[in-house]
Amino acid sequence: MTMNNVGRPTAPVATDAVVATSTFTGNQGLAIEEPLLFEVGRLDVSGVDIEEADTFETRLGGLARTAPVELPGLTEPEAMRHYVRLSRQNYAIDLGLYPLGSCTMKHNPRLNEAMARLPGFADVHPLQPLSTVSGAVELVAELGRWLLELTGMASVAMSPKAGAHGEMCGMAAIKAAIVDRGEARDVVLVPESAHGTNPATAAQLGFRVVSVPARADGTVDPEEVRKRLGPEVAAIMLTNPNTCGLFERDIVEIAEAVHAAGAYFYADGANFNAIVGKVRPGDLGVDAMHINLHKTFSTPHGGGGPGAGPVVLSDRLAPYAPVPFVRFDEDGAAEFVETRKAASERGLKPFGRITAFHGQMGMFVRALAYMLSHGADGLRQASEDAVLAANYVKARLQDVMTVAFPERPAMHEVLFSDRFLDGTGVTTLDFAKAMIDEGYHPMTMYFPLVVHGAMLIEPTESESKTSLDQFIGTLRHLADKARSGDADAFKAAPRLAPRRRVDETLAARQPKLVHQG
Amino acid sequence: MTKYYTEEHEWIAVEGKVATLGITDHAQAQLGDVVFVEVPTVGRKVKKGEETAVVESVKAASEVYSPVTGTVVAANEPLASNPITVNEDAEGAGWFCRIEMSDPAELEVLMDEAAYKAFVEGQ
Repeated sequence: MTMNNVGRPTAPVATDAVVATSTFTGNQGLAIEEPLLFEVGRLDVSGVDIEEADTFETRLGGLARTAPVELPGLTEPEAMRHYVRLSRQNYAIDLGLYPLGSCTMKHNPRLNEAMARLPGFADVHPLQPLSTVSGAVELVAELGRWLLELTGMASVAMSPKAGAHGEMCGMAAIKAAIVDRGEARDVVLVPESAHGTNPATAAQLGFRVVSVPARADGTVDPEEVRKRLGPEVAAIMLTNPNTCGLFERDIVEIAEAVHAAGAYFYADGANFNAIVGKVRPGDLGVDAMHINLHKTFSTPHGGGGPGAGPVVLSDRLAPYAPVPFVRFDEDGAAEFVETRKAASERGLKPFGRITAFHGQMGMFVRALAYMLSHGADGLRQASEDAVLAANYVKARLQDVMTVAFPERPAMHEVLFSDRFLDGTGVTTLDFAKAMIDEGYHPMTMYFPLVVHGAMLIEPTESESKTSLDQFIGTLRHLADKARSGDADAFKAAPRLAPRRRVDETLAARQPKLVHQG
Repeated sequence: MTKYYTEEHEWIAVEGKVATLGITDHAQAQLGDVVFVEVPTVGRKVKKGEETAVVESVKAASEVYSPVTGTVVAANEPLASNPITVNEDAEGAGWFCRIEMSDPAELEVLMDEAAYKAFVEGQ
């Protein structure tokens, strides 16, 4: 036998030494303390070798800069390490369950990514002639057809770059339709449980916002809507399922009342992922709705550039969709309609332009890849699974946490109040911080505002039962621990994160927005 | 001086025709650390139920509604640089503005301290 002359013990040596909490470097094992680029960069270093310019005559006169540009210079490995180290401090959907749910990120299937990188989609430029991008244009049109089929609406504007941008687009179409009718309606009704972007969008477009209170069961009361309707009301902005994770049962009655009063019904489509394949917003009386492709159709949120928030429109609003768009004649031939003039020659009245070009191609490819790989039945199942997962979490936690609206089935997300923490000294914030030590990103906290100390959990459709059980087990453990009187442990959390709690109050009262050396 | 309370957690202290407006101690406790306050400008006319001031905590931004119609005759400007005063003394130094009322009858629907206390406990 060959002797191994550098033999070493391979079993841990028993020791009484206390586990180290502070180190010479400040690093904790592989969790490395990373300074800012400005602290590690030098002015005399560069990761690239740029040739000195030949002698040239400057045209800057006395305006040429004399002091060096103080941008940090790093070698390539230094730059790589900096960003890889930072990325290791991040929580990501590819690391674990994200109870914030699709609002932030849900699983992005890798097939989508592969499709989006095909050069015919990835390398097109918006100013290429139509004849050279007919495949890409066909893809956008096909995605539009799927969106119309799933929503039961008449028309779709593909160009908005985000959900809130889509809201702006839909509400601008409503405003244009009202102006076209020769009316001056300037009020928009928004329920208390709305996403903050709804009143912001309405206000940005010059509307006055009137709030509609929530009923005790968390939904909107059609009677309260009716009381506020009148000749000055332009629209209502309603989310369904709403931000309490509840389906607005009276939505058809509300839509009818809104239409009878001459107003439009804007649906915030943020939570469309709960009802795809089950309910078509067009059948509920919706006039305009944006679709967050990242929430419902699994594109990355933002996606390395703008996101995508297509807006579907009813017959009544379709003529007001923004330019530019692609139009197909009866033979299926496509044309770009780039200007309001060109649109008006075709009998349309676009409210204007909301983006320079036709939309975010990368998101379109991913969303269509998701649709085609799932099929209509798969999309329906994704909605059902998302709702099932949320109701499973609700059922398994309702004895130790307080479900805000226990009588109603949850949709894709389940809302808890902080009542179960009454008398423990532990707050929703403390509870969330303790989740970080357990290896989970916290859920949405303190929203919606209609519930005290709200905790909103959206597990999404892609978590396995094992993963859900582990998450549920963690929350049950924390709820028990809170009730056992161990408030100090919660106040001290997070203890294991790269940073402990920051002073949010001081940061808000005395913000320092400039890095100083 | 008579003090009244609203269901939106404002207090209003009345002396003659002038009413001092602020948010209740319960409200500041619910909001948490106040980080920003915007008070109305003197001379502004406000209607009953109109948004008159803004108060922001780390958790949320809230509007402060005037329970009475009238004209703003004084504003607590120092709150802008010292929002912490709202937490420390919501029903005293943390007042937002003083309004000269045009219709004191509007006070009749407001709650007194005991009624407000019962209202908060019932929530």
